[in-house]
Amino acid sequence: MDVLRRNNVTITGVADGPVVVLAHGFGCDQNMWRLVVPALAERYRVVLFDYVGSGGADPSSWSEERYSTLEGYAQDVVEVCRELELDRAVFVGHSVSAMVGVLAARAVPERIRALVMVAPSPRYIDDEGYRGGFTAGDIDELLDSLESNYLGWSSAVAPMIMGTPERPELEQELTDSFCATDPDMARVFARTTFLSDNRADLGEVEVPTLVLESARDLIAPREVGAFVHSAVPSSRLVTLDATGHCPHLSAPRATTAAVLDFLEDLWPAG
Amino acid sequence: MARRVREGPEPLGADAEAALAALPEDSAEELYESAPCGYLSTLMDGTIVRINGTLLEWLGLERETVVGRMRFADLLTVGGRLYHETHFAPLLHMRGEVSGIALEMRTSDGSRLPVLVSSVVRQGGGGSPSLIRATVFDATDRRSYEEELLRRRREADQARAEAEQERLRAEADRARLTEALAVLRKSFLPDTLPDVPGMETAAYYHTASPDQLGGDFYDLLPLGDTRWVFFLGDVSGKGPEAATLTSQSRYALRAAALHSPEPADALATLNTVLLDRYADNGDPRYCTAVFGVLEPGGDTGRARVRLASGGHPPALVVRADGRADFLPTPGGMLVGVLPDAHFATTGTTLAPGDTLLLYTDGLTEARTGPGSDSLYGEDALRSFAADHAPSTPGDMVNALTELLRGFGDGLGDDTALLAFGVPASRPVTDTPPGKP
Repeated sequence: MDVLRRNNVTITGVADGPVVVLAHGFGCDQNMWRLVVPALAERYRVVLFDYVGSGGADPSSWSEERYSTLEGYAQDVVEVCRELELDRAVFVGHSVSAMVGVLAARAVPERIRALVMVAPSPRYIDDEGYRGGFTAGDIDELLDSLESNYLGWSSAVAPMIMGTPERPELEQELTDSFCATDPDMARVFARTTFLSDNRADLGEVEVPTLVLESARDLIAPREVGAFVHSAVPSSRLVTLDATGHCPHLSAPRATTAAVLDFLEDLWPAG
Repeated sequence: MARRVREGPEPLGADAEAALAALPEDSAEELYESAPCGYLSTLMDGTIVRINGTLLEWLGLERETVVGRMRFADLLTVGGRLYHETHFAPLLHMRGEVSGIALEMRTSDGSRLPVLVSSVVRQGGGGSPSLIRATVFDATDRRSYEEELLRRRREADQARAEAEQERLRAEADRARLTEALAVLRKSFLPDTLPDVPGMETAAYYHTASPDQLGGDFYDLLPLGDTRWVFFLGDVSGKGPEAATLTSQSRYALRAAALHSPEPADALATLNTVLLDRYADNGDPRYCTAVFGVLEPGGDTGRARVRLASGGHPPALVVRADGRADFLPTPGGMLVGVLPDAHFATTGTTLAPGDTLLLYTDGLTEARTGPGSDSLYGEDALRSFAADHAPSTPGDMVNALTELLRGFGDGLGDDTALLAFGVPASRPVTDTPPGKP
């Protein structure tokens, strides 16, 4: 299966414009970006995708071994970048994808020129001298919640939805399948997301970085945002007047404006 | 007499109407506050703006510490908040409603309340903000039932995984056994038949079951002069014990041949070996065998054969003129049963085009017929050979191999075939290549 189909890649916007890649975090899929895409698409070529194990990506390409480390998810990004022959794109990653972007930018620096981290956290579990906000027991509770809520996921429906986003009659299924993930895959993604520790990787980020935090975020509190900002050498921190872990849903205008500001500095309008 | 057809319920009687009117009024406000489920309304950012008495009571909270001060996610356990932020809230944004999501709330005394939450977004209009309305059901009983189901499923998954491992282990064991048996079986037979000058040879070994060792063996070896020794036999029983005996018999006969190639003497030696080895241990073992000496005739084109048989089915000679006859060896006794066993000796001469066939009783005792209840038998074998005569050793073995295959399940035993003969037309001069 080719990479574009495997990762359910969607491309929109200005065909020959500068490229912005939008990467969803743990939980749902590329539809998380639907409120910011229209504004970005006016000036940029916007690339969306689903990680294998999420949304409309090909479930048969999933393996527990590969997707038990963030490197496996970064490999998805690298392969999509290579397949599209992206050159100096900006990678926008929400939540855990911010760390995936760090790993991907290190692997293919020629293809990723800058990072936008939306509600990032390099480590969720508290550690000595570091407050991530969670304990290992909290993560177990989340895993229990995943197990209790299949959210309409069905092994029979998943293959039908996979890779056919262009079919309008499947629009309803897409809505219904949003956030519906194979529970086994979701479990692995959750563990990988919440048990990873990427604090040491932040210092090695060599590209300009925008850290975009939500003012009231239970998952990535402000002290974590401050930590990321201070650890990433050439980073800018913007705090959005937003509530929740998904400012691109709860405060899409402010989120889009901050991203556009950052892109404008990278690619000044001619 | 026509019956009255009923349409709808009977009208209430005057007494019932009066009873209804006397019931206490169940106002909407009263229903909201004391409903058997929790209600709350929040702003889009989750800030709680209204909550009913039932939910406050469940959580042990006071209205004034909640309304305007807490967000919906604050009511949840930490794991529940993670789930809310990553799934619940995005879904609610996408669909405008979610229903039946299982979460856990924290109560003021630190315990947990399993709940099922359904939420719907009410779009604001005319300056009023959008709201999220949620109903909350106590799911304690349902959750413990689900947990029981989950526990059972995990147990079943684990049992299935263990069974699968067991199956893989058994498969690996079987593969190892099959491999070991294949190696062992090779010790019953020469890897390839040697080239006997002026003669053609062919052999075939049919394995009845890959995980069951039979006990057929054969060999063909030079004596150092122009003569050759051949033998073919069948030990009693199956399994590892029989396999040991088979291997021992083959090597005992090879050693005996080099010591004294006289056929009856070689079988007598094997007889002694088997008696020494097995007679005293209460597990008598024996075999049947044909042992012979072959003297290719060189330029005469005629090969002399002398052979002895110990209780083995008679050799079959297929002549160039189309006849097929057994070489009778009457009175030959089983090898390994009596100390002074007698072995019958006979001989023949193979002319060009003649073939001599040795076989084990797997062939003649194959079950045939409509009910698989009759044995193939020596007469049928002789007729079969005659039908295929004249024949080279290779063609005869090939024809018999086909015959064996045709027996299918009727062929219950291992079967060995060994044939040799003098080619029908020996080239007198070298034939130029390409011109037969």
